[in-house]
Amino acid sequence: MRFGIEPFLMLAAVLFSIGLYGALSKKATVQLLLSLELMAMAVNINLVAFARFVTPMTMDGVFFAVFTMVVSAAEVGLGLGLVIAIYRSLKSSEVTSMNELKG
Amino acid sequence: MPDTVNGAAFLVLAAMCVGGAIGMIVAKNIVHSAFWVLEASIAVAGLFFLLRADYVALVQILVYAVAVAVLMVFSIMITLRRPEDAVRPRDFSPIAAIVAVGFCAVMFVALRDYHPVATQSAVAWTSDIATFGRLLFAADGWALPFEIASLILTVALVGAVWWTKDGGDE
Repeated sequence: MRFGIEPFLMLAAVLFSIGLYGALSKKATVQLLLSLELMAMAVNINLVAFARFVTPMTMDGVFFAVFTMVVSAAEVGLGLGLVIAIYRSLKSSEVTSMNELKG
Repeated sequence: MPDTVNGAAFLVLAAMCVGGAIGMIVAKNIVHSAFWVLEASIAVAGLFFLLRADYVALVQILVYAVAVAVLMVFSIMITLRRPEDAVRPRDFSPIAAIVAVGFCAVMFVALRDYHPVATQSAVAWTSDIATFGRLLFAADGWALPFEIASLILTVALVGAVWWTKDGGDE
């Protein structure tokens, strides 16, 4: 049994949808960030699959995936820093408690 | 003849990915959610090995399965003082479910007739790390984006430290 690119794209669509559901429905900020991470991984699967099956010579998708990882690592670091900063001032890290815009 | 990968290995790794993602959604405990995502990211690293993208697979393990997981566990430890705080009701959100299922359905409809073809010779796929490095630092390569990426990481690190330090100047 051999697979081409299509199963990878479908798996990435499923993973992205699960991450989307989590990002829209979770109330704990850490779980929200975990959902965002799932979505980023789904995108990376797509990029690497395209690199392997469409442009194997120049490996464009692999480089895109590496840069996506850099950005999402920065995003997770900043997001968790923000969680801790909000926890300091509100004593809670729930999304529903973040309803004040004043600094 | 288009390039293919081992189907059985793909199915096992895909089941691990989707299982980890669903486990993250249905887990009541935030700590369990974090560990389900850790499992899913290791499965994604396996998929990258299956695609013979060795470098991305190693970075995936290093960044997602180690660094991000440690960060997550530490922030859970800092923001939840008692073990009971980590348990959340498994609240179902119908609107989010409709959006997610709708997105998935649209993607599947779009993918049904989508069969990308290779624009380059498939036999040349030798994604060993040496080839990756040569292409990364080639004269017309990715050196400038690479440097910008390091700048982004530095700014993010400084910003995260700035945010989380004890706020005395607020």
